[in-house]
Amino acid sequence: MTTEAQMQAQPHVHHPNYVKVWAILVALLVVSVAGSLTHIRDVVLVAAFGVAVVKAYLVAKNFMHITVEKRWVPYLLIICLLFIFILFAGVAPDVMHHSGLHWTNPSANQAAQPAGGGVKRE
Amino acid sequence: MSATAKPLANTRSGTGIPTARLITWWVIASEIVIFGGLLASYVMHRIGHPEWADAASHTNTWAGAFNTFVLLTSSLCAVLAHKAADAHDGPRAAKLLRLTSLGGLIFLCVKGFEWTADIHEGFVLSSGGFWSFYYTLAGLHGLHVLAGMIIMLIVAADAAKNQELQRVECIGLYWHFVDIVWIFLFPLLYIAR
Repeated sequence: MTTEAQMQAQPHVHHPNYVKVWAILVALLVVSVAGSLTHIRDVVLVAAFGVAVVKAYLVAKNFMHITVEKRWVPYLLIICLLFIFILFAGVAPDVMHHSGLHWTNPSANQAAQPAGGGVKRE
Repeated sequence: MSATAKPLANTRSGTGIPTARLITWWVIASEIVIFGGLLASYVMHRIGHPEWADAASHTNTWAGAFNTFVLLTSSLCAVLAHKAADAHDGPRAAKLLRLTSLGGLIFLCVKGFEWTADIHEGFVLSSGGFWSFYYTLAGLHGLHVLAGMIIMLIVAADAAKNQELQRVECIGLYWHFVDIVWIFLFPLLYIAR
Protein backbone atom coordinates (compact mmCIF):
# COMPACT_ATOMS: atom_id res chain seq x y z
CA MET A 1 0.00 0.00 0.00
CA THR A 2 1.34 3.42 -0.91
CA THR A 3 1.95 5.61 2.10
CA GLU A 4 0.59 9.11 2.48
CA ALA A 5 4.09 10.59 2.44
CA GLN A 6 4.95 8.83 -0.84
CA MET A 7 1.76 10.05 -2.47
CA GLN A 8 2.29 13.62 -1.32
CA ALA A 9 5.88 13.67 -2.55
CA GLN A 10 4.80 12.92 -6.12
CA PRO A 11 2.72 15.49 -8.03
CA HIS A 12 -0.17 13.49 -9.53
CA VAL A 13 -1.14 15.87 -12.31
CA HIS A 14 0.38 17.34 -15.42
CA HIS A 15 -0.11 21.11 -15.35
CA PRO A 16 -1.52 22.47 -18.62
CA ASN A 17 -1.33 26.11 -19.76
CA TYR A 18 -3.71 27.50 -17.16
CA VAL A 19 -3.68 31.05 -18.52
CA LYS A 20 -4.93 29.74 -21.87
CA VAL A 21 -7.76 27.86 -20.12
CA TRP A 22 -8.64 31.02 -18.17
CA ALA A 23 -8.70 33.06 -21.41
CA ILE A 24 -11.14 30.55 -22.95
CA LEU A 25 -13.34 30.77 -19.83
CA VAL A 26 -13.39 34.58 -20.01
CA ALA A 27 -14.21 34.43 -23.75
CA LEU A 28 -17.12 32.08 -22.93
CA LEU A 29 -18.30 34.54 -20.27
CA VAL A 30 -18.34 37.29 -22.93
CA VAL A 31 -20.37 34.97 -25.21
CA SER A 32 -22.96 34.30 -22.49
CA VAL A 33 -23.36 38.03 -21.68
CA ALA A 34 -23.52 38.95 -25.41
CA GLY A 35 -26.12 36.21 -25.95
CA SER A 36 -28.26 37.62 -23.14
CA LEU A 37 -28.28 41.03 -24.84
CA THR A 38 -29.99 39.61 -27.95
CA HIS A 39 -33.24 39.07 -25.99
CA ILE A 40 -34.01 36.13 -28.33
CA ARG A 41 -35.24 33.38 -25.99
CA ASP A 42 -33.46 30.42 -27.61
CA VAL A 43 -30.20 32.32 -28.06
CA VAL A 44 -30.30 33.50 -24.44
CA LEU A 45 -30.93 29.96 -23.13
CA VAL A 46 -28.14 28.39 -25.20
CA ALA A 47 -25.72 31.23 -24.43
CA ALA A 48 -26.52 31.06 -20.73
CA PHE A 49 -26.85 27.38 -19.90
CA GLY A 50 -24.97 25.74 -22.79
CA VAL A 51 -21.98 27.95 -22.10
CA ALA A 52 -22.30 27.34 -18.32
CA VAL A 53 -22.03 23.58 -18.84
CA VAL A 54 -18.93 24.03 -21.04
CA LYS A 55 -17.34 26.40 -18.51
CA ALA A 56 -18.03 24.00 -15.62
CA TYR A 57 -16.48 21.14 -17.63
CA LEU A 58 -13.37 23.19 -18.39
CA VAL A 59 -12.91 24.12 -14.72
CA ALA A 60 -13.49 20.52 -13.54
CA LYS A 61 -11.14 19.06 -16.17
CA ASN A 62 -8.31 21.58 -16.16
CA PHE A 63 -8.38 23.20 -12.71
CA MET A 64 -9.72 20.31 -10.59
CA HIS A 65 -7.97 17.65 -12.74
CA ILE A 66 -10.95 15.36 -12.31
CA THR A 67 -10.06 13.33 -15.40
CA VAL A 68 -6.77 12.16 -13.86
CA GLU A 69 -8.26 11.51 -10.42
CA LYS A 70 -9.03 7.94 -9.26
CA ARG A 71 -12.00 6.68 -11.25
CA TRP A 72 -14.35 6.40 -8.26
CA VAL A 73 -14.11 10.15 -7.56
CA PRO A 74 -16.02 11.19 -10.73
CA TYR A 75 -18.37 8.24 -10.10
CA LEU A 76 -19.07 9.57 -6.59
CA LEU A 77 -19.82 13.05 -7.94
CA ILE A 78 -22.01 11.66 -10.75
CA ILE A 79 -24.03 9.64 -8.19
CA CYS A 80 -24.63 12.84 -6.21
CA LEU A 81 -25.80 14.58 -9.40
CA LEU A 82 -28.05 11.60 -10.09
CA PHE A 83 -29.76 12.14 -6.72
CA ILE A 84 -30.51 15.71 -7.80
CA PHE A 85 -32.09 14.48 -11.05
CA ILE A 86 -34.19 11.98 -9.07
CA LEU A 87 -35.33 14.82 -6.78
CA PHE A 88 -36.17 16.96 -9.81
CA ALA A 89 -38.02 14.17 -11.63
CA GLY A 90 -40.00 13.30 -8.51
CA VAL A 91 -41.02 16.78 -7.42
CA ALA A 92 -41.01 18.93 -10.57
CA PRO A 93 -44.31 17.66 -12.05
CA ASP A 94 -46.17 18.91 -8.95
CA VAL A 95 -44.24 22.19 -8.66
CA MET A 96 -44.09 23.20 -12.32
CA HIS A 97 -47.85 22.80 -12.83
CA HIS A 98 -50.53 24.49 -10.76
CA SER A 99 -53.20 21.87 -11.28
CA GLY A 100 -53.49 18.18 -12.17
CA LEU A 101 -56.06 15.43 -12.64
CA HIS A 102 -57.43 15.54 -9.09
CA TRP A 103 -55.73 18.56 -7.55
CA THR A 104 -55.21 22.30 -7.84
CA ASN A 105 -52.81 24.68 -6.17
CA PRO A 106 -54.85 27.88 -5.61
CA SER A 107 -52.02 29.86 -4.01
CA ALA A 108 -49.68 29.15 -6.94
CA ASN A 109 -52.46 30.12 -9.36
CA GLN A 110 -53.02 33.32 -7.42
CA ALA A 111 -49.31 34.13 -7.41
CA ALA A 112 -49.18 33.61 -11.18
CA GLN A 113 -51.74 36.38 -11.70
CA PRO A 114 -50.33 39.62 -13.25
CA ALA A 115 -50.26 41.36 -9.85
CA GLY A 116 -48.47 38.38 -8.24
CA GLY A 117 -44.81 37.54 -7.51
CA GLY A 118 -41.96 39.98 -7.63
CA VAL A 119 -44.00 42.86 -6.27
CA LYS A 120 -41.88 45.90 -5.58
CA ARG A 121 -42.21 47.20 -2.04
CA GLU A 122 -42.56 50.91 -1.56
CA MET B 1 3.78 18.67 13.47
CA SER B 2 6.17 15.84 12.63
CA ALA B 3 5.08 12.92 10.47
CA THR B 4 5.26 10.49 13.40
CA ALA B 5 2.91 12.64 15.49
CA LYS B 6 0.15 12.49 12.88
CA PRO B 7 -2.94 10.36 13.45
CA LEU B 8 -2.98 6.95 11.72
CA ALA B 9 -5.64 8.11 9.24
CA ASN B 10 -3.22 10.78 8.00
CA THR B 11 -0.35 8.39 7.37
CA ARG B 12 -1.99 5.70 5.25
CA SER B 13 -4.42 5.46 2.39
CA GLY B 14 -6.39 2.47 1.17
CA THR B 15 -8.01 4.45 -1.64
CA GLY B 16 -4.85 5.58 -3.39
CA ILE B 17 -5.69 9.20 -2.65
CA PRO B 18 -4.06 11.21 0.16
CA THR B 19 -6.47 11.58 3.08
CA ALA B 20 -6.75 15.37 2.82
CA ARG B 21 -7.73 15.19 -0.85
CA LEU B 22 -10.09 12.30 -0.15
CA ILE B 23 -11.90 14.38 2.48
CA THR B 24 -12.06 17.35 0.13
CA TRP B 25 -13.79 15.24 -2.53
CA TRP B 26 -16.30 14.01 0.07
CA VAL B 27 -17.00 17.62 1.10
CA ILE B 28 -17.51 18.54 -2.55
CA ALA B 29 -19.85 15.54 -3.03
CA SER B 30 -21.99 16.70 -0.08
CA GLU B 31 -21.95 20.27 -1.38
CA ILE B 32 -23.21 19.04 -4.77
CA VAL B 33 -26.28 17.68 -2.99
CA ILE B 34 -26.80 20.90 -1.01
CA PHE B 35 -26.43 23.33 -3.93
CA GLY B 36 -27.91 20.87 -6.44
CA GLY B 37 -31.07 20.48 -4.36
CA LEU B 38 -31.46 24.25 -4.05
CA LEU B 39 -30.77 24.87 -7.75
CA ALA B 40 -33.17 22.11 -8.81
CA SER B 41 -35.87 23.59 -6.54
CA TYR B 42 -35.27 27.03 -8.01
CA VAL B 43 -35.43 25.73 -11.62
CA MET B 44 -38.71 23.87 -11.09
CA HIS B 45 -40.31 26.86 -9.33
CA ARG B 46 -38.98 29.27 -11.97
CA ILE B 47 -40.53 27.17 -14.75
CA GLY B 48 -43.80 27.03 -12.80
CA HIS B 49 -43.83 30.79 -12.24
CA PRO B 50 -43.13 32.67 -15.48
CA GLU B 51 -44.15 35.86 -13.65
CA TRP B 52 -40.84 35.70 -11.75
CA ALA B 53 -39.23 37.04 -14.94
CA ASP B 54 -40.38 40.49 -13.87
CA ALA B 55 -38.50 40.21 -10.57
CA ALA B 56 -35.47 38.63 -12.26
CA SER B 57 -35.21 41.60 -14.62
CA HIS B 58 -34.16 43.76 -11.64
CA THR B 59 -30.90 41.87 -11.04
CA ASN B 60 -27.75 43.57 -12.28
CA THR B 61 -26.29 41.45 -15.12
CA TRP B 62 -23.09 43.52 -15.31
CA ALA B 63 -22.38 43.07 -11.59
CA GLY B 64 -22.99 39.32 -11.97
CA ALA B 65 -20.72 39.16 -15.04
CA PHE B 66 -17.97 41.09 -13.26
CA ASN B 67 -18.20 38.74 -10.28
CA THR B 68 -17.97 35.75 -12.64
CA PHE B 69 -14.80 37.26 -14.11
CA VAL B 70 -13.40 37.80 -10.59
CA LEU B 71 -14.10 34.21 -9.53
CA LEU B 72 -12.65 32.76 -12.76
CA THR B 73 -9.50 34.82 -12.21
CA SER B 74 -9.26 33.77 -8.57
CA SER B 75 -9.59 30.14 -9.68
CA LEU B 76 -6.65 30.72 -12.01
CA CYS B 77 -4.63 32.00 -9.03
CA ALA B 78 -5.66 28.96 -6.96
CA VAL B 79 -4.55 26.47 -9.61
CA LEU B 80 -1.27 28.36 -10.15
CA ALA B 81 -0.75 28.09 -6.38
CA HIS B 82 -1.23 24.33 -6.70
CA LYS B 83 1.38 24.28 -9.48
CA ALA B 84 3.79 26.25 -7.29
CA ALA B 85 3.16 23.87 -4.37
CA ASP B 86 3.93 20.89 -6.63
CA ALA B 87 7.24 22.61 -7.43
CA HIS B 88 7.83 22.94 -3.64
CA ASP B 89 7.75 26.74 -3.97
CA GLY B 90 5.76 27.48 -0.80
CA PRO B 91 6.24 31.28 -0.74
CA ARG B 92 4.92 31.64 -4.31
CA ALA B 93 1.99 29.33 -3.51
CA ALA B 94 1.21 31.48 -0.44
CA LYS B 95 1.31 34.67 -2.51
CA LEU B 96 -1.06 33.20 -5.09
CA LEU B 97 -3.42 31.92 -2.39
CA ARG B 98 -3.58 35.41 -0.89
CA LEU B 99 -4.39 36.79 -4.36
CA THR B 100 -7.16 34.19 -4.58
CA SER B 101 -8.51 35.40 -1.23
CA LEU B 102 -8.39 38.96 -2.53
CA GLY B 103 -10.58 37.80 -5.43
CA GLY B 104 -13.04 36.42 -2.89
CA LEU B 105 -13.03 39.74 -1.03
CA ILE B 106 -13.73 41.69 -4.24
CA PHE B 107 -16.55 39.25 -5.03
CA LEU B 108 -18.15 39.79 -1.61
CA CYS B 109 -17.77 43.59 -1.84
CA VAL B 110 -19.54 43.65 -5.23
CA LYS B 111 -22.25 41.39 -3.77
CA GLY B 112 -22.57 43.77 -0.80
CA PHE B 113 -23.08 46.80 -3.07
CA GLU B 114 -25.54 44.84 -5.19
CA TRP B 115 -27.60 43.68 -2.22
CA THR B 116 -27.60 47.17 -0.70
CA ALA B 117 -29.04 48.56 -3.94
CA ASP B 118 -31.63 45.75 -4.11
CA ILE B 119 -32.72 46.32 -0.51
CA HIS B 120 -32.93 50.10 -1.02
CA GLU B 121 -35.22 49.44 -3.98
CA GLY B 122 -37.46 47.38 -1.69
CA PHE B 123 -36.46 43.90 -2.84
CA VAL B 124 -35.95 41.89 0.33
CA LEU B 125 -36.06 38.20 1.24
CA SER B 126 -39.85 38.31 1.68
CA SER B 127 -40.62 40.28 -1.51
CA GLY B 128 -41.59 37.16 -3.45
CA GLY B 129 -40.54 33.69 -4.44
CA PHE B 130 -37.78 34.85 -6.76
CA TRP B 131 -36.18 37.06 -4.14
CA SER B 132 -36.33 34.28 -1.52
CA PHE B 133 -34.35 32.01 -3.84
CA TYR B 134 -32.06 34.86 -4.92
CA TYR B 135 -30.97 35.75 -1.39
CA THR B 136 -30.80 32.12 -0.24
CA LEU B 137 -28.74 30.88 -3.18
CA ALA B 138 -26.43 33.89 -3.40
CA GLY B 139 -26.18 34.11 0.40
CA LEU B 140 -25.24 30.45 0.86
CA HIS B 141 -22.72 30.78 -1.96
CA GLY B 142 -21.32 33.95 -0.36
CA LEU B 143 -20.85 32.09 2.94
CA HIS B 144 -18.87 29.43 1.07
CA VAL B 145 -16.70 32.14 -0.49
CA LEU B 146 -16.07 33.65 2.96
CA ALA B 147 -15.21 30.24 4.47
CA GLY B 148 -12.88 29.50 1.56
CA MET B 149 -11.09 32.84 2.00
CA ILE B 150 -10.48 32.24 5.70
CA ILE B 151 -9.20 28.67 5.19
CA MET B 152 -7.05 29.86 2.27
CA LEU B 153 -5.34 32.49 4.42
CA ILE B 154 -4.60 29.85 7.08
CA VAL B 155 -3.20 27.46 4.45
CA ALA B 156 -1.17 30.33 2.93
CA ALA B 157 0.44 31.07 6.32
CA ASP B 158 1.79 27.49 6.48
CA ALA B 159 2.66 27.38 2.77
CA ALA B 160 4.79 30.52 3.13
CA LYS B 161 7.00 28.47 5.48
CA ASN B 162 6.99 25.53 3.01
CA GLN B 163 4.82 23.54 5.42
CA GLU B 164 1.76 21.38 4.66
CA LEU B 165 1.94 22.15 0.94
CA GLN B 166 -0.51 19.31 0.14
CA ARG B 167 -3.25 21.52 1.60
CA VAL B 168 -2.79 24.04 -1.23
CA GLU B 169 -4.35 21.63 -3.74
CA CYS B 170 -7.21 20.76 -1.36
CA ILE B 171 -8.31 24.34 -0.74
CA GLY B 172 -7.92 24.93 -4.49
CA LEU B 173 -10.33 22.05 -5.24
CA TYR B 174 -12.87 23.57 -2.86
CA TRP B 175 -12.45 27.00 -4.46
CA HIS B 176 -12.93 25.65 -7.98
CA PHE B 177 -16.13 23.97 -6.84
CA VAL B 178 -17.39 27.29 -5.42
CA ASP B 179 -16.49 28.81 -8.82
CA ILE B 180 -18.52 26.11 -10.65
CA VAL B 181 -21.55 26.79 -8.43
CA TRP B 182 -21.38 30.48 -9.40
CA ILE B 183 -20.99 29.54 -13.08
CA PHE B 184 -24.52 28.07 -12.81
CA LEU B 185 -25.93 30.74 -10.48
CA PHE B 186 -24.97 33.54 -12.88
CA PRO B 187 -27.20 32.47 -15.80
CA LEU B 188 -29.99 31.31 -13.47
CA LEU B 189 -30.23 34.54 -11.47
CA TYR B 190 -28.88 37.18 -13.84
CA ILE B 191 -29.48 36.07 -17.44
CA ALA B 192 -32.60 33.86 -17.67
CA ARG B 193 -35.51 36.33 -17.60
